[in-house]
Amino acid sequence: MALSGIQIYKLLPQTNCKECGFPTCLAFAMKLAAKQVELTACPYVSEESKAQLAESSTPPIRLVALKSNGYEVKSGNEIVLFRHEKTFYNKPGLFFRVLDSENPEAIKAKIAAADQYSVNYVGIDLTMDGFAVASVSGDPAKFANAVSAVRQVSKRPLILMSRNPDILAAGLRPVDGETPLLYGADASNWEAMADLAAQHKTALGVIAPTLEGLADLTEKIKTKGVEDLVLDPGGRTFGSGLTLGTQIRRLSLKKNFRPLGYPVIAFPGDAGDPSLEPMLAAQAIAKYAGFIVLDNFSPEAVYPLLVLRQNIYTDPQKPIQVLPGLYEINNPKPEDPVLVTTNFSITYFSVANEVEGSGLPAWLLVTDAEGMSVLTAWAAGKFDAERIAKAVKEFNVAEKISRKRVVLPGHVAVLSGELEEELPGWEIRVGPREAVDVPAFMKTAL
Amino acid sequence: MPIEIPTDKWPGSVRSATIGATADQGGSRARTVTVGGEKTLPFMHFETEIPNPPIIAVEIRDRRPDDWSPLLLQVWGEVINDPATWAQAAEQAGADLIQMTLSLVDQAGNPTTPQGAVASVKAVLSATGLPLLVYGPGQAEVDNELLVAVAEATKGERLGLGLCEDKNYRTIVATALANGHLVTARTPMDVNLAKQLNILISDMGFPMDRILMDPTTGALGYGIEYGYSAMERLRLAALQGDGMTQLPMIVTPGFEAWKTKESKVGAGVPEAWGDWAARAVNWETLTCITLLESGADIVVLRHPESLRRVRAAIQDLMAVPQVA
Repeated sequence: MALSGIQIYKLLPQTNCKECGFPTCLAFAMKLAAKQVELTACPYVSEESKAQLAESSTPPIRLVALKSNGYEVKSGNEIVLFRHEKTFYNKPGLFFRVLDSENPEAIKAKIAAADQYSVNYVGIDLTMDGFAVASVSGDPAKFANAVSAVRQVSKRPLILMSRNPDILAAGLRPVDGETPLLYGADASNWEAMADLAAQHKTALGVIAPTLEGLADLTEKIKTKGVEDLVLDPGGRTFGSGLTLGTQIRRLSLKKNFRPLGYPVIAFPGDAGDPSLEPMLAAQAIAKYAGFIVLDNFSPEAVYPLLVLRQNIYTDPQKPIQVLPGLYEINNPKPEDPVLVTTNFSITYFSVANEVEGSGLPAWLLVTDAEGMSVLTAWAAGKFDAERIAKAVKEFNVAEKISRKRVVLPGHVAVLSGELEEELPGWEIRVGPREAVDVPAFMKTAL
Repeated sequence: MPIEIPTDKWPGSVRSATIGATADQGGSRARTVTVGGEKTLPFMHFETEIPNPPIIAVEIRDRRPDDWSPLLLQVWGEVINDPATWAQAAEQAGADLIQMTLSLVDQAGNPTTPQGAVASVKAVLSATGLPLLVYGPGQAEVDNELLVAVAEATKGERLGLGLCEDKNYRTIVATALANGHLVTARTPMDVNLAKQLNILISDMGFPMDRILMDPTTGALGYGIEYGYSAMERLRLAALQGDGMTQLPMIVTPGFEAWKTKESKVGAGVPEAWGDWAARAVNWETLTCITLLESGADIVVLRHPESLRRVRAAIQDLMAVPQVA
C-alpha cells in the first residue's frame, strides 16, 4: 500500500541536508509520495528504510503482462474498488477459447474471424486481445497442432490450458520466446507447472476452490521464482463470481494481502448458458476480472462488451472530449445547415456519424460544454445561449456560410429565445432530441 | 493459511418502499412489491442479509408506440395496441411491476385527456394484479393535469407517479400525498442534484418511504459510466448515513438502450455490429446488469428476452453463494 508523505518522512534521515535538491526532508518525502522523484536522490537513507519503501511501492495487485510477437495484454496494478475514487487502469484482456478436439482448419477459420475483428467506437478501433487454446483431447501432439493452427492465423497473446504439464510443454513449442499464460497450476500439479513456467518465463494461472487454498498455492509457487500469477478462485455464477472478485480485490487493496495480489481470470462460458455469457462477462468487466475468456465469439456480443470495457475504464476525472470548433461533414457549402452540439465525445460522434451516414453536407458547431452531453451540460449551465453565441463568433461561422441559421438540439429547445437575443439576425431552429433522428430532420425540415 | 475477509460495517441503510396495495390495504393489487432495505453494497451476502431482490418492471405505453424499434413491436405483437392486453402479456412474461407511460396524443392524434388517462390506468389495473407505476408524457403541464386525475381516481392503490423533476414536482407530490401514492424523483446523473430533489420533496411533508429515486443513466456506449458511478456514490453515501440518499433506486435500461442506434436500427450500420436482434438484447441486458451491480433496486426493461435473462441473473445474485 502506498505510504503517505508523512510516513515516508519518518523513514528518511530527517537532517535537512538539502543534497537531494529539496530544502527539507519533508519536502522530499512529499515529492516521493507523489512519485515525482526517486529515492536514490537521497545519499543517506538507510538500507532498512530502502527495503520498507520498496515494499510499500510494490503495487497491491501485481501487473501481469502476456506477450507475443508485437502484442501485449496487461492486467493488474489497480488501486481502487470504485472507479470514481480514481480510475481503473488496465482493461481486462478479452480472450476467445478454442478446443484442441476441433479440426485445425475449423480452429483457423474461427480464430481468423475473431483475430481480424475490429469495431470503431467514438473514433477508437477496438479488437479482441488474444486466444485461449484448451486441451480436451489429452494428446500433447494434438494440443501442439491446435496451438500451431492458432499461430498461423493470429499473432495475439495466448492462454494455454491443461492441467497436465507435459501437454502444456508440447503446446509451448510452437510459441517459443513468447509470454503466454499457462493455465494452470492446482494443488496436485503445482511443482511441475511452476518449473515449466520458470523455465519458459511465462505467466501461470493458479486454480483452487477456496481463497485459503489459492493463497497457499501462490506462496509455494513464488518460492520457485514464478511471480507473474493469475488467480482462478472458481466462481462461475453471477453470485459467486461477484463475491470472490470483490473479496480478492478488497484483500489486496485494504489489507495489502500479497498472496492474493494478482489479477483474476474469469470464464463466463463455464456457467453453461450461452445466452447468459455476455452478461457474466459484463459483470466480470465491472467487478474486477483481469482476464476474461469467452467460449462464444460473435460481433453482436463482443461489440457491446468492448464498449462496456471502454466505458468502465474511462478516467472519471477526464471526460472524453473533442476539440470545440466548426467541423465540416460531407464537404458542406456555404448554404448548408449549421448544427449545434457539445464537445462530449460520445455526443459528438453520435451526431457526426448520423450526419456522415446520411450523406447530407452540414457544418457541425461543437461548443465547449466542458466535455458534457447536451442535457447534462445544459443542467450544469455549461451549454447555454451565451456559450453557443460565443462559439458562433469564435469560430467565425458567419464568414463560412451564406444563410444565418443554426439548429439546436431538441433537448435545449428552451434556449431558442435567448439565443435569438444573443445572435440578432440569425434564424434559430430546433432539431430532434436524439442524434438518430437528425438525418430525417435534415431531409424534411431543412 | 487462514484469511480474514475484509467486511464493511455501514452505519446507514437504504429505506424500503412498498409499491401497490392489496384489497386489505385499500387497493386492488393481487400482490405488492417491496424494494430497498439494503444494509450493504449490492449482493454482498457475506456481510449481511440482502432483504429484497431487485425488481424487474416492464415498460408499456397507453397506445401503440410507433416510434419504438421494430424489434420491440414485433416481439410483443398485437398486444401493444391496448395497454390492458400489453400489461397482461408483460405479467405473463414474468414482470414484477408494470411501468406505463402516458402519451401526449392518442392514436387519432387528439391530446390525451385526463378521462382518457384514467381509463387507460383503470384498464391496466383490471387486467393485471401487478403494482403499477404511471408516468406522464414528460411535459410539465400535461403531466400534472393527467397525473392528478389518475391519482384521484386510484386513491389508495399505492401507484408510483412520475416523473418528479426539479422544475416540476409540487403538483405530483401533492396529489400523491393526498391519495396515498408513491413518486419517482428523477435527476440527471449527479449525487447532489438527486439529494436536492429528495430534500425538496420531503420538505413538502411527503414520507421518504414513498419516494423512488431515479438518478438517470446512460445506455451502454452513451454515458453509462456516469450513471454507474453516480449510483455507486449515491449508494455509498446512503450506507455512510446520508439520509437524503437512502432511497431505493429505479433506472431505465430499457428506455436508454432502445434509444441507441445499436438497438433501434438494423440497416445501414457497420458489419462489425453483428446480428441486430441479438445485439439489441445484449445492449439492453448489458446496460441492465451493469446498473444492478451499481445498486439498482428497480430496472425497467422493454424486451421479454431481456427480462428472462435479467431474471436469471438476479436469481443467481440473490442466492447466497457457497463460497461466502
